[in-house]
Amino acid sequence: MLVDVAGAGVRRDGRWLVEAVDVTIRKGEIVTLIGPNGSGKSTTAKLVTGVLKPDAGTVARKSGLRIGYVPQKLSIDWTMPLTVRRLMSLTGSYPRAEIDAALAATGVAHLANAEVQHLSGGEFQRALLARAMIRKPDLLVLDEPVQGVDFSGEVALYDLIGKIRDETGCGILLISHDLHVVMAATDTVICLNGHVCCRGTPESVARSPEYLSLFGARAANALAVYQHHHDHTHLPDGRVEEADGRIVDAHEHVHEHDHEGHRHA
Amino acid sequence: MLEDFFTRAVIAGIGLALVTGPLGCFIVWRRMAYFGDTMAHSALLGVALSLVLQVNMTLGVFIIAAAVAGALLLLQRRQTLSTDALLGILSHSALAIGLVVAFLSGIRVDLMGFLFGDILAVSVTDIVVIYLGGLVILAVLAAMWRPLLAATVNAEVAEAEGMRPEVTRIVFMLLLASVIAIAMKIVGVLLITALLIIPAATARRLSATPEQMALISAGVGALAVAGGLFGSLRFDTPSGPSIVVAALALFLISIALPVHLWRARREA
Repeated sequence: MLVDVAGAGVRRDGRWLVEAVDVTIRKGEIVTLIGPNGSGKSTTAKLVTGVLKPDAGTVARKSGLRIGYVPQKLSIDWTMPLTVRRLMSLTGSYPRAEIDAALAATGVAHLANAEVQHLSGGEFQRALLARAMIRKPDLLVLDEPVQGVDFSGEVALYDLIGKIRDETGCGILLISHDLHVVMAATDTVICLNGHVCCRGTPESVARSPEYLSLFGARAANALAVYQHHHDHTHLPDGRVEEADGRIVDAHEHVHEHDHEGHRHA
Repeated sequence: MLEDFFTRAVIAGIGLALVTGPLGCFIVWRRMAYFGDTMAHSALLGVALSLVLQVNMTLGVFIIAAAVAGALLLLQRRQTLSTDALLGILSHSALAIGLVVAFLSGIRVDLMGFLFGDILAVSVTDIVVIYLGGLVILAVLAAMWRPLLAATVNAEVAEAEGMRPEVTRIVFMLLLASVIAIAMKIVGVLLITALLIIPAATARRLSATPEQMALISAGVGALAVAGGLFGSLRFDTPSGPSIVVAALALFLISIALPVHLWRARREA
């Protein structure tokens, strides 16, 4: 057990932001929080990281728990000159080779010397993910890690997050911006709306009446799960390496992913 | 060599600039320019109270500047007025109360000296205070560099990853109060912020990392002090304002520098 949030609530100005929230994250487990805006997803994540203290209930953390955090919003003032490489050693110092390896793992090795203010949304998220990962954390907390990323980039990022879990065995708390799509590797989905309204495997949550009533008609399409079969790799320079090793330009490459797991609305 | 008042002024000014450069970078990054101004203005109240109570002036200024910073932190938590308005209230009332107290005390105060500084009157003792105080400030800044920088980039990330952004913030305020206490005699309460902000802003376009910016900022500040003092000697202008004018000239030059060189390095 890495973190155990039990019956926790956070109160601000006489109003409960979240109430009676239970979240347990174990080693190697991926927990996804979903819920509408203002449902307390980020508040719950801050309870887990310890940035917020609970006004009710308890939060227990494994002693010496090392956390890697990707916040929902991180804007770096233009007045601060900050390269991606320097960003990597924000909260700890690492050898150059380790930094290069972490950046390579998230596919932004070629941007090591770029200023962070010049990155696109997707590139910045990958750099932030590399920064959180290089700490070799026991627990990764990712607050909407795929925001500002297009669909194929989203799939690639989710694949990457799954890979990080598989290779390092860390626990992952993921906050999803999308109510209807969660990553396939998720072990537990927790659906929040000020309180926990339902939880379980992605499939069981998708069928639960609480989920359907909270998210209404569109949810009738059911909670979709990313199922992506890999037959190619997107290279950092924009070209694509096919399964047979051919390298083609992006426009020559056709995405074929199966639609068994989800329907496009 | 230290018998010459001009040499003493140059040495004292450069010593101060080496401290305000790196510290000023954080003022710029954290968007605290007005905050620094408020603390500097409160220094005059510190001066007046020190004279009335007959305590060491540098200490008095430090305590009052730190108290004003503390008051602001407390008021910010209550979230009644915007920080902007709170700063305006604290800044000008501290300056005004300082002037009133100085007047009421009946002690003859060289007001111009405190408002605009009198670097040419720097004594050897002042130089010792500047360099010893400056060394302590830079040592503390170096020791808390990583947590302070992390908290500046994002306090939540710093806290989630085991740092204490609230503590680093308070220590930073104390460093700022110290530098104001040291700098007041040299550039005066009205111009201290200029020495914090202008060299840092000048260094921005010439730097690729925060560390580079801090070093370049210190160098730019030292250059501004030397240039300003020689200018004031040459043209017989007041020394404090001349230093700020020199800093501004360097800033304008940095803006005019060919941007393509900067870009080439940035993307290298």
